Amino acid sequence: MGLTGLEIYKHLPKTNCKECGSPTCLAFAMALAGGKASLDACPYVTDEAKEALDSASAPPIKMVRVGTGDSVVELGEETEIFRHDKRFFHPTGVAVLISDTEDATAKAEKFEALEFHRVGMDYKTDMVAVKCDSGDAAKFKAAVEVVAGKTQKAMILMAEDPAVMEGALAVVADRKPLVCAATAENYEKMVELAKGKGCPLVVRGKNLGETAELVEKIVALDYKELVLDSGARETSKVLADLTQFRRLSVRKKFRPFGYPAIAFTSKDDPREEMIQAGVYLSKYADIVVMKASEKQQLLPLLSWRQNLYTDPQKPIAVEAKLYDVGTPNEDSPVYVTTNFSLTYFIVEGEVESSRIPSRILSVDTNGISVLTAYADNKFSAEIITEAIKKSGVEDKVNHRKLVIPGYVAVLKGALEEESGWEVMVGPREASGITKFSKDNFA
Amino acid sequence: MAVEILKEKYRSKVGEVVLGATKDQGGTRSHTITVGGESALPFLHFEGEIPNRPVLALEVWDMVPGEWDPLFEKHYADVWSDPGAWAKKCVEEFGADLIQVRLKSADPDFGDSSPEDCVATVKKILEAVGVPLVIVGCGKAEKDNLIYAPIAEAAAGENLLLGVAELENYKAVTSACMANQHNIIAQSPIDINICKQLNILIAEMSTAMASRIIIDPTIAALGYGIEYSYSIMERARNGALQGDKMLAMPMIGNVGLEAWRTKEANTSTEAEPGWGEQEERGLLWEATTAMAYLQSGIDIMVMRHPDALKVIKANIDDLMKDNSY
Repeated sequence: MGLTGLEIYKHLPKTNCKECGSPTCLAFAMALAGGKASLDACPYVTDEAKEALDSASAPPIKMVRVGTGDSVVELGEETEIFRHDKRFFHPTGVAVLISDTEDATAKAEKFEALEFHRVGMDYKTDMVAVKCDSGDAAKFKAAVEVVAGKTQKAMILMAEDPAVMEGALAVVADRKPLVCAATAENYEKMVELAKGKGCPLVVRGKNLGETAELVEKIVALDYKELVLDSGARETSKVLADLTQFRRLSVRKKFRPFGYPAIAFTSKDDPREEMIQAGVYLSKYADIVVMKASEKQQLLPLLSWRQNLYTDPQKPIAVEAKLYDVGTPNEDSPVYVTTNFSLTYFIVEGEVESSRIPSRILSVDTNGISVLTAYADNKFSAEIITEAIKKSGVEDKVNHRKLVIPGYVAVLKGALEEESGWEVMVGPREASGITKFSKDNFA
Repeated sequence: MAVEILKEKYRSKVGEVVLGATKDQGGTRSHTITVGGESALPFLHFEGEIPNRPVLALEVWDMVPGEWDPLFEKHYADVWSDPGAWAKKCVEEFGADLIQVRLKSADPDFGDSSPEDCVATVKKILEAVGVPLVIVGCGKAEKDNLIYAPIAEAAAGENLLLGVAELENYKAVTSACMANQHNIIAQSPIDINICKQLNILIAEMSTAMASRIIIDPTIAALGYGIEYSYSIMERARNGALQGDKMLAMPMIGNVGLEAWRTKEANTSTEAEPGWGEQEERGLLWEATTAMAYLQSGIDIMVMRHPDALKVIKANIDDLMKDNSY
């Protein structure tokens, strides 16, 4: 990532043999820098040069996978500090914690039932963490077995005693759980276990320095499927450490921190815990482990994750179609707006709060807002008329009255002529809809 | 292994704004509140100063808020026909740092109360509580322009935060603040260029007002465009730290108002059993919205649910702990 052609050129044989297909080594270096060629095309590149170039072109944060099949969770490969600079790529894994001292069956069943549907999307938690609080290897193994039997989702096994870990890991190793955690005391044995089963491993230090040191020791043992934990548990300290992980890896290419990071909540109050998890999710945790497992707690958190990880460069659109709000009948009002999701949901919310069942026709404007779409000729009399015909609204209502956004009042004449519908000019801002609908339709 | 901590070197910082005035300063507040002054990104104490903690206001309306979800009755119904008592409860029982008075009844569609009525309400609340006040109009520009001056005059010396000024309508409220030394809310529609432009226009009317601006970048609720306002705020704060004077003001957001307009907060448990218990869901919807804005640099948040305020206050306590290396 980010190597220039000249930097790459230094590592090439400089013989201009043309065997790679490029006329000169410099031309080949330029093609490599632009991502248009692969280093494999050069038969003479040395192993040292290859390693230097590979590591220089590796992403600043390695991708680590937990789980298998449909339940795999991909973590890392982030490149930004701020989402507005480009985007965040791999949504934080939200893990619910189950202790081997609680009723693992009940909690696992509850966990498995956590799925939400809102604004046309499905949200779910994607990981389950089983923690050894009992100190008893058999008990931990049994809890892991129970949870594994209840859910197919990616697992995190939490125990610092390698002997305890070994038994449980043997049961679920083929599901590639995240082994948590290697510490300064146990890392040789933990690496052996994780590496032996090909499972990712949490590296837990007592501070940033110790974490970096431990990563280097583990990398020296030739294992790189790692996830970072600085050991901090206080909100403010965790925020600082997660920020350093992200900054030092992305900005300085500090290799020991070039892995995804995990954070654990410490609050006992469920509300405070949820908000603490939100802070970590906002600022750079690739996995958040929390005890909370109630729907009303997880819905806001998962909604925030969905929002944070959207692509800021891409307007989000809803499907362009006729939507029902409440249970409308043949006399219910019809509103028209664009398919920019923000506009649509605000209009929908206001129409809903009017408590008058209605329909909303969302017109395909490529996901841009009313005024922009109008200026761009994507929200014209012709396009709206076509959307009316296509939507089938003419078969669903007896009347021919359409409410348009106040900002495009100017469309009234042309739209009436084009569509044959009577056009009512609605308010300019969605916040006026409640009153407008009460005045006109109550 | 020594890790070289990456600390950003910023050229500038956010300006500080003092709200309220005590008796010695010509007002009647029991204390003042200072916001802003950050020379680091939110809560990164290791690279700069966060001299003032973000503060939380609760909303008080000058009429019974009939549009609020019925679940608010148990918290506010005993006081919401009396703005003074309402404000007092918010401060004494719920721990609000500030009160935001919304003069909703001035709205021609909601009672059309006169500028004199509005002044009387503000005076009543000033008497009832000692905390600094934020006063906003009904949201209809033509009417609000008639109430700013009388309120600013009647509360001269109190160092209010008065709003809102918008690009199409900033002169009346700016003049009212200028004449009586109040602070002003400058509101822009999730647009950093309009935000700057409005601040420039206000500063052109009065250079003294430039240091009395609180930016309202317009916030959206969780699930309804929060990521747009989150990113606008992050950009504004980065701009401020990098030396853009026209972005270097503290920021405010109507978190409660926006969160409680959403379907997720207002839908009953029975109507959406898949979403869990309504009140808990609603207050966490509000608190999660607030949590995100704290992380993007907000300084003042206007909350609605007393328990959402409580959990966010605890979060601010935690975030204000020093994390220097």
